[in-house]
Amino acid sequence: MNPFHYTRASDVADAVRQIAADPSARFIAGGTNLIDLMKEDVERPSRLIDISRLPLKSVEETAVGGLRIGALVPNSDLAYHPLVAERYPMLASAILAGASAQLRNMASTGGNLLQRTRCYYFYDVATPCNKRAPGSGCSAIDGLNRMHAILGTSEACIATHPSDMCVALAALDATVHVAGPAAARAIAFTDFHRLPEDAPQRDTNLQPDEIVTAIELPPRGFAANYTYLKIRDRLSYAFALVSVAAALELEGGTIKDARLALGGVAHKPWRDPMAEAALRGQPAGEVAFSRAADLMLGDAKGFAHNAFKIDLARRAVLRALAQAAAGTPQSQSDKQIR
Amino acid sequence: MVETDNAAGPGVRPLEKIPMSLTVNGVERRLNIAPWTSLLDLLRDHLDLTGTKKGCDHGQCGACSVLLDGRRIIACLTLAVMQDGASVTTIEGLATDGALHPLQQAFIDHDAFQCGYCTPGQICSAAGLIAEGRAKSADEIRELMSGNICRCGAYPNIVAAIQHAMGQP
Repeated sequence: MNPFHYTRASDVADAVRQIAADPSARFIAGGTNLIDLMKEDVERPSRLIDISRLPLKSVEETAVGGLRIGALVPNSDLAYHPLVAERYPMLASAILAGASAQLRNMASTGGNLLQRTRCYYFYDVATPCNKRAPGSGCSAIDGLNRMHAILGTSEACIATHPSDMCVALAALDATVHVAGPAAARAIAFTDFHRLPEDAPQRDTNLQPDEIVTAIELPPRGFAANYTYLKIRDRLSYAFALVSVAAALELEGGTIKDARLALGGVAHKPWRDPMAEAALRGQPAGEVAFSRAADLMLGDAKGFAHNAFKIDLARRAVLRALAQAAAGTPQSQSDKQIR
Repeated sequence: MVETDNAAGPGVRPLEKIPMSLTVNGVERRLNIAPWTSLLDLLRDHLDLTGTKKGCDHGQCGACSVLLDGRRIIACLTLAVMQDGASVTTIEGLATDGALHPLQQAFIDHDAFQCGYCTPGQICSAAGLIAEGRAKSADEIRELMSGNICRCGAYPNIVAAIQHAMGQP
């Protein structure tokens, strides 16, 4: 790890001032990803600005009946928060599917959004990587790419976003609140993360001098018919090969509204408006589910080691929609997939 | 790690150690620490508390699990200076008046380790798990202990020891 200066931010405005004054500085909150990246020399900040003591740790109901989650709420506190467990169980389930109990105690809500890909080449500073060193090339496209993306890839990058929590937040139509030198602004969750295109070094649309202050959930939590289904190489404490957040609003046996988001398959949580539209108004059953899965994965492209993900994702979507429709969400402790 | 004075370039004041205090196993310690020192390195290299183990040093194994203000964390992925004013409990702080912590005794009784390298982390993590009160079944213990890897594969006995310490048959 390189030597660096350490300062604390006294409030959000001070944090913004400090980061604007030093472009090579980084904010640190939970630190669970940034410190690891610093140990690998992927990140070499001149200064760490400690934001972990800022007053962004509350979960509050909004005037319209939603929830506003402070950016520094630890992942575990969020997953076990009574209002989240009751109204947004898909979010709680997704959080508990990720990392370990210790890491969830440390990691912040805002930091979860901003974690970097776990692509092996991004982490290995001896190899070319357009995300780490723009213009150096992508080692994954013709390398070991079992964990990599099948949707929304570019010739510059096939990395995935590793978060589970973000997949649920995308499905729930969350909003990201950010502060910066100018006025505070709100970013729709699906616009927060980017596709790699020709600038994979930019994971998100957050500006370098902006800070995430809160995540807002709209009132609808799909608490009756949802699931978060995560498929991985071991039963726990592993990143997703494929994950599915599925939420339905049913009227009788008919789908009134549907949300579908995939994790582990793209540079951002993957939603497809066409697939969701194809579910609306249809009987909740295999025909509609199959059509949605086809639409969602129609443009999927496999590489040498990850083509299996296309069929895996298709089956996971079918199973997740069946779990959601039946009101039998995937348990995150009993790992039998039913 | 080399402590240099010039990493931030000309015109920036030299990198300096930062004064901090940390209550470790009930004893307040006042320290001057370089900001890039992890809590794990502080415990092992500065306070000679080597019960907390360095396994992977990347948050993948759980060997460095400790209790920070009563909550289990991994000490390798947090900076010591960030924990100024906090209270840390390590494996050395679990026994009281020479009597083993119930988890320590249960790990012995259930033969819940072989090489023992992961054991301090397993026990601190299990103490955090019991304090959280979320795990009831063996499945839930397994899931909520998944951040602690045991390469000897003592998992069945670890789960049994934790169940015993929780008062389950």
